[in-house]
Amino acid sequence: MIHFIVHGENDSVGVVVVEGVKAGQELSGWVMEQDKEIQVRALNDIAIGHKLAIRPLAADDTVMKYGVDIGRAVAAIKVGEHAHVHNIKTKRW
Amino acid sequence: MAIDLKNASFRGYKRENGRVGVRNHVVILPVDDLSNAACEAVANNIKGVLAIPHPYGRLQFGADLDLHFRTLIGTGSNANVAAVVVIGIEDGWAKRVADGIAKTGKPVSSFGIEGYGDMETIRRASKAAKDYVQQASELRREERPLKDLWVSTKCGESDTTSGIGSNPCVGNAYDKLYPHGVTLVFGETTELTGGEHLVAARCRTPQVREQFMAMFNRYQEVINRHKTGDLMDSQPTKGNIAGGLTTIEEKALGNIQKIGRKCLVDGVLDKAEAPTGPGLWFMDSSSAAAEMVTLCAASGYVVHFFPTGQCNIIGNPILPVMKICANPRTCRTMAEHLDVDVSGITRKEINMDQAGDKLLEMMFRTANGRLTAAEALGHREFVLTRLYESA
Repeated sequence: MIHFIVHGENDSVGVVVVEGVKAGQELSGWVMEQDKEIQVRALNDIAIGHKLAIRPLAADDTVMKYGVDIGRAVAAIKVGEHAHVHNIKTKRW
Repeated sequence: MAIDLKNASFRGYKRENGRVGVRNHVVILPVDDLSNAACEAVANNIKGVLAIPHPYGRLQFGADLDLHFRTLIGTGSNANVAAVVVIGIEDGWAKRVADGIAKTGKPVSSFGIEGYGDMETIRRASKAAKDYVQQASELRREERPLKDLWVSTKCGESDTTSGIGSNPCVGNAYDKLYPHGVTLVFGETTELTGGEHLVAARCRTPQVREQFMAMFNRYQEVINRHKTGDLMDSQPTKGNIAGGLTTIEEKALGNIQKIGRKCLVDGVLDKAEAPTGPGLWFMDSSSAAAEMVTLCAASGYVVHFFPTGQCNIIGNPILPVMKICANPRTCRTMAEHLDVDVSGITRKEINMDQAGDKLLEMMFRTANGRLTAAEALGHREFVLTRLYESA
């Protein structure tokens, strides 16, 4: 079963694609571009469509998705942690 | 792939100017806000015609007025429209809109309210509308080649599943349609922010690239001039954020999936400007759903691909808006608004090639006459883009 999807293997985050992911749950992820599987343990409850970090990020690190810069971390983010507006901000505007 | 696009055809209405529509509307078109009541009264009198009320058309000037006329004339000229009755508060601008539409060769009449009043205008306009709807009812669909279909796309209320499934599904379909001479368009200028370099790299010539970047940079200046923050809750929208999108860059990279991986950007269009040939066009436009879809209709597009994540429920009066969704929860809770469910991508039940074929199959059914969910539910959002304040 696929719990989350990652666009490419160089990305920092994956997207939860099932409902009801709970903290502590072992999740299977599908890396679409390379068509491979990875495992991550969720650190928070994460809603469908929301992201989790698949590699550790420090504050000010660039967050990668689609192999492209999607903004900067404004706090440290652990692997498996919910990654969203509370810890990632745009570099534009 | 399953569908033989090389020999594919659809059944459409060939209009006087050779363009092909997939709907057969008789439109009652107000020039201005004041004429909405008369247009709606005509549509109430004469069954099977469609009034398109809107809030503008008074004291506009310069480029904003040009866009107003271009959008109204483009809407009436669209091949999904068989005939048009134009009503304005005075007859000068009503005639100007009607003359623009008449260039297509389709039946069109105009009426000014001043000197007659609403009731006499409604009587005269109703008579024209009755003649038109009876004429239109005798028109028949005929077999037309795929290249006669003009297809637009704009996504809305996106979430992270848009970039995973519904947008690349549209991109897959665009990549398949492009080699067959179909006329395609995308836009949403600010919603490319963070991925503009990827679009620039897809422009066919350095000149197109320069034109695209000039449009992109101009719109960035608009944002920078007026912004009071980082645009959070506006772009991305509150719905985007609730759906898991965090930054404009992330939203843009998902958005850009709609132009696939192969097709090139052949040219750029101003708002509501008609393309001059087949290929993929970029239209400088707002990213607000109803504004952009209204502009696509005014440019002459006859079928619209609308991928969504959280489910924007938008439709358009004359342009069938097909909804494509890959979010399993949205496909369950908002099914009544959706035309193509590609949530199987997230479960690896279907691949992108199959998702693209599923969309194309529904595109042909829609072109041949199947009502979209938005049409069946009566969604007729018609929203004119304004460039600045009225005088």
